[in-house]
Amino acid sequence: MVAGTGRERAADADALVDAALAGDRRALARILTAVENRTPVAELALRRLYPLAGAAHLVGITGPPGAGKSTLVAALIGAAREAGRAVAVVAVDPSSPITGGALLGDRVRMQSYATDGDVFIRSMAARGHAGGLASTSTAAAAVLDAAGFDLILLETVGTGQSEVEVAAAADTTVVLEAPEMGDEVQAIKAGLLEVADIVVVNKGDRPGAQRTASQLRAMLVAVGRAGGGVRNGAGARSPTAAPETPPRPRPKEPEVLVTTATTGDGIPELLQSLDRHRARGHEAGDTPARLARAEAQVWAILADRLRAELHVPANRETTDATIRQVAAHELDPFAAADQLLAGIRLENPSRR
Amino acid sequence: MADRPLKVLIAKPGLDGHDRGAKVLARGLRDEGFEVVYTGLRQTPDMVVTAALQEDADVVGLSILSGAHMTLVPKVTAKLREAGMDDVLVVVGGIIPDDDVTELKKVGVAETFGPGTTIAEVADYLRAHARPRS
Ligand code: B12
Ligand SMILES: Nc1nc2c(ncn2[C@@H]2O[C@H](COP(=O)(O)OP(=O)(O)OP(=O)(O)O)[C@@H](O)[C@H]2O)c(=O)[nH]1
Ligand SMILES: [Mg+2]
Repeated sequence: MVAGTGRERAADADALVDAALAGDRRALARILTAVENRTPVAELALRRLYPLAGAAHLVGITGPPGAGKSTLVAALIGAAREAGRAVAVVAVDPSSPITGGALLGDRVRMQSYATDGDVFIRSMAARGHAGGLASTSTAAAAVLDAAGFDLILLETVGTGQSEVEVAAAADTTVVLEAPEMGDEVQAIKAGLLEVADIVVVNKGDRPGAQRTASQLRAMLVAVGRAGGGVRNGAGARSPTAAPETPPRPRPKEPEVLVTTATTGDGIPELLQSLDRHRARGHEAGDTPARLARAEAQVWAILADRLRAELHVPANRETTDATIRQVAAHELDPFAAADQLLAGIRLENPSRR
Repeated sequence: MADRPLKVLIAKPGLDGHDRGAKVLARGLRDEGFEVVYTGLRQTPDMVVTAALQEDADVVGLSILSGAHMTLVPKVTAKLREAGMDDVLVVVGGIIPDDDVTELKKVGVAETFGPGTTIAEVADYLRAHARPRS
């Protein structure tokens, strides 16, 4: 598909969307490629698909490298299929900052349901995006949501402590830990644990799993009493009208479960826990996670649009000149931003 | 975006357990800037084709050292065609006798690569012949 005229692109996008909605998996895969590559077809397709999305349960699975995220995803696929749900997976692996290449290996663990028509697995390279996901993962999830998948599992890259972005991308965030070899939970992975809706100690067949789980439970209760932690949705601010006194961010009180992903032990309990969290979210109006997600998406597009607008031929010269003034310390960056903002016309931001 | 990486699926169809070459190649192509999906061992032709479809791969690379290539490869290429993916570049590596290469090319294999192939040779070939998807 070569980028053609606007009308050709619109026809391409429409045909792909029609086919994907009719169950054509190849068309669905093509739309996901367009989304990953941020082509004009992606925007056209997402404009039609976004209103159809919103019914799926988006579950983020994060945790350190090798904790068993992919194996757990595979086990969850099995449990959800038994319950008759259609499952999609977006599995993200890191891209090399030097070559841009990536080795996407999560799929290896997910072969049991590889040819099930109600399972769709897509690997994504992070492509330089920090935070554990690709910049287009949320949009990819929306496409799969619109295509009718009930459960969408987002596997992040093996994370350290600060890659908490998944919490804003998912309705429910599962943080995976593996039992420690020593006596203590060696590092208090505060950042990661604070965004957990459910904490899973995987590799329950290994010694120390139950002890690790008890330590985590004790620790999470202590954190709860101290009143620290972040609000649901990775601390993003709500775009709705703020109440007189903004509510203090309340720490989550995650359940701590033990699983053995390789045998399936604890997986039915995890699925039940996911459903319970989902139900509680529904009762609460789903607000925090979904607002955070909506906000992140709109802000990302706004930033893209603004950048594009500043680089259209009519504005490019002014933009470059202003930036040169900042480089020469003739203008401070705040004044520069104000000038550029005042100078652009935003009446028709989608002309490009 | 013209500079987006090519997406290559590396699969080992059949019961062949020789995965050293496939892994060497997967890592090597990553270092050459490709996005490589590795599916692991014991893939049926259906699994390979489903993975290629879901991943929207530009290239399907099959690694076979077991001698079963004449039964497995034509099944994969036929199923790719059935699924409308005849524009995906198919390459095969491993132990492929010369006589079989001609036959494989007849069923839709673009090129074969035997022992001693360098990563650079494969990378250059893929860059020259694969058509990236938009
Ligand atoms: C190492 C090895 C093993 C190891 C495998 C370890 C592993 N995990 O991979 C072990 C000891 C387990 C093994 C077992 C067997 N082996 Co063995 N093994 C070899 C040996 C000596 C080297 C293979 C190797 O790893 N080479 C190094 C890698 C890097 O090279 P490569 O795989 O060829 O890959 C390169 C290219 O072929 C190409 N390439 C490969 N795949 C792809 C894919 C794509 C898309 C592209 C573009 C390129 C590409 O690029 C790579 C880089 O150069 C070969 C002989 C040989 N010299 O090839 C026999 C050989 C493959 N084995 C053979 C046999 C018979 C067996 C057994 C059946 C023996 C037995 N009777 O038990 C078992 C079967 C195991 C099984 N479950 O399938 C025969 C196969 C005969 C045939 N095809 O007709 C061979 C050829 C030996 C022989 N001359 O008889 N084997
Ligand atoms: N003993 C045991 N091993 C497990 C369990 N779950 C996963 N593993 C093993 O742990 C290793 C890593 O599993 P993966 O599922 O690839 O882990 P991951 O977290 O997805 O890894 P990355 O994606 O590389 O970060 C594999 O060898 C699995 O077989 C478990 O419950 N028990
Ligand atoms: Mg993984």
